[in-house]
Amino acid sequence: MTLQTLTYLVVGASFALYIGIAVWSRAHSTSDFYIAGKGVSPLANGMATAADWMSAASFISMAGLIAFLGYDGSVYLMGWTGGYVLLALFLAPYLRKFGKFTVPEFIAERYYSKTARIVAVICLILISFTYVAGQMRGVGIVFSRFLEVDVTVGLTIGMGIVFVYAVLGGMKGITYTQVAQYCVLICAYTVPAIFIAIQITGNPIPQLAFGSEISGAGISLLDKLDDIVTSLGFTRYTDGTKSTTDIFCITLALMAGTAGLPHVIVRFFTVPKVRDARASAGYALLFIAILYTTAPAVGAMARYNLVNTIQSGEVGAADGNLVYDERPEWMHTWQRTGLLSFDDKNGDGRIQWYNDTNPDFAATAASYGWQGNELTVDNDIMVLANPEIAGLPNWVIALVAAGAIAAALSTAAGLLLVISAAVSHDLVKGIFLPDISEKKELMAGRIAAAFAIMVAGYLGFDPPGWVAQVVAFAFGLAAASLFPVILLGIFFKRTNKEGAIAGMLTGLFFTVGYIEYFKGLFLKWAGAPWGENVAEHWLFGISPEGIGVIGMLLNFFVAISVSYLTPPPPERVQHMVEQIRIPRAIEG
Amino acid sequence: MTPENRAAYWRANLQLVFGCLVLWFVCSYGFGILLVDVLNSVRFGGFRLGFWFAQQGSIYIFVGVIFFYAWRMNKLDQKYGVRED
Repeated sequence: MTLQTLTYLVVGASFALYIGIAVWSRAHSTSDFYIAGKGVSPLANGMATAADWMSAASFISMAGLIAFLGYDGSVYLMGWTGGYVLLALFLAPYLRKFGKFTVPEFIAERYYSKTARIVAVICLILISFTYVAGQMRGVGIVFSRFLEVDVTVGLTIGMGIVFVYAVLGGMKGITYTQVAQYCVLICAYTVPAIFIAIQITGNPIPQLAFGSEISGAGISLLDKLDDIVTSLGFTRYTDGTKSTTDIFCITLALMAGTAGLPHVIVRFFTVPKVRDARASAGYALLFIAILYTTAPAVGAMARYNLVNTIQSGEVGAADGNLVYDERPEWMHTWQRTGLLSFDDKNGDGRIQWYNDTNPDFAATAASYGWQGNELTVDNDIMVLANPEIAGLPNWVIALVAAGAIAAALSTAAGLLLVISAAVSHDLVKGIFLPDISEKKELMAGRIAAAFAIMVAGYLGFDPPGWVAQVVAFAFGLAAASLFPVILLGIFFKRTNKEGAIAGMLTGLFFTVGYIEYFKGLFLKWAGAPWGENVAEHWLFGISPEGIGVIGMLLNFFVAISVSYLTPPPPERVQHMVEQIRIPRAIEG
Repeated sequence: MTPENRAAYWRANLQLVFGCLVLWFVCSYGFGILLVDVLNSVRFGGFRLGFWFAQQGSIYIFVGVIFFYAWRMNKLDQKYGVRED
């Protein structure tokens, strides 16, 4: 059977499974639609949260990013897992006790204000749409490479599948589909990693192979990698180039952002009890950790394989590099997608891959007769091409395609659901039509979900050039706007309406402003970016990726100061805070 | 449940949260970022120790911290009689 037929079969079977689950778990009430009727077991919710959380970025891009960044890639590993500690300690159990449907609803009731609710909805929609655009791009890449269909056709199929189970099943359908998607994606991620780990080190567990000796070489994988990459002018793999301040801030922004992402928080509304919410956060992180501790091993092994393929002999020797005409089959395939390209600058018919931006290495490179780096490789292909690079059987490649699609679809569905809930529950029911019947609200939710899918699809067809950069934006925004006011709402009773609104707006405008100033995502038409995005110009040496931390601190500071300058929240709100702090209902 | 009891439960909770946060901070920001160069001079199998904390160890500890917190909180719930039925 050819690879393509096999891929169609595996991906088709996974789609059939998702649709089957959606039909079986249809939503019948608004409670089913928004929070799966609060009937999800903590273990199932942990798996669903893991699939919800691990997006196309985690599955496709992260290991590749780490492969090229080395130690600096740690910000993603720690940032995107450590946030669950904040979630478990500060938010999940209390929001579960609060027991309503959406994040803006909590903010509306805790801060007794429709204005606060609208501000929260705006933050939520900004965060979720930027995020969903990235998922759709992931679906597009996978379809165009593995199924060799037009991106448009691929996206339409993907949208259709999400449409069926998100619109029909709501949160209930999404939850059980995500459980299945987690199983697909984790197999797809670990199986090739195990094969490659055995090939390189003989140890089948990637987390251990990562620190093992290379078979027959008598030197550990990481030491060998450090040696080769430094001999090519790159920074040592286990060292970074970012400043400690910047690493610190990016990690913290990603953590607080994770804890403030509405589509993650809302997953903890679906379990029956407060103690389930606590356990569920643990299970979620455990399931996430399986992928997140494998990813750095995959990154290091992929870098090792790639550098060995290109630098087939001694560095600097005339015959030390791969002959272009003899390049392996997988390079031909990926060249066609444009994600991998060569340029024989010194005309020797061989490929050189080295750091031509390192001034200290320029003389050495010149003495080798190298006239510039000749290989351009996109981060995104490292995981997808890994099975081909390692020469694994076709069924593994097909599995990886199904896994990447599962990762992208599960996250997209979770995001679309929080967007639709914010529209139907917070805007329609909460603000414009408070008397709407449950049946009509459910219909409004389905229409909003359908509409959100169209917008997401459009963003996928025509991805704005900045898709790769919006991750920073979504996390920075979540860290600077929603996270602080939810936290204060639970832990600091004195915070009032005025403080929360002022805090959210300060965090929002500061963070958006800073990112626009250096990156210019939405305000290109107004002349953004205005500043050159280099370390010398950054505030306290913090890059736009990490600036959410300052936004968050400003939010805390403004919210607390304004609260003290204005009247305390009413008695009933203070009583509500007392209630959510305690798992069991208290009398009086 | 008396208001005093409630306050005591909340204080115990905050203490536990603080302890967990210290662990969370030390293994990631401490060992993985601020002290990474110092720890990198220590070998841990085929790893430099600081690098291992940044890319592996901190994640394992995060998982442990959450389960520890959940376990201790469930005990507190029982002690103060606020466990849900």
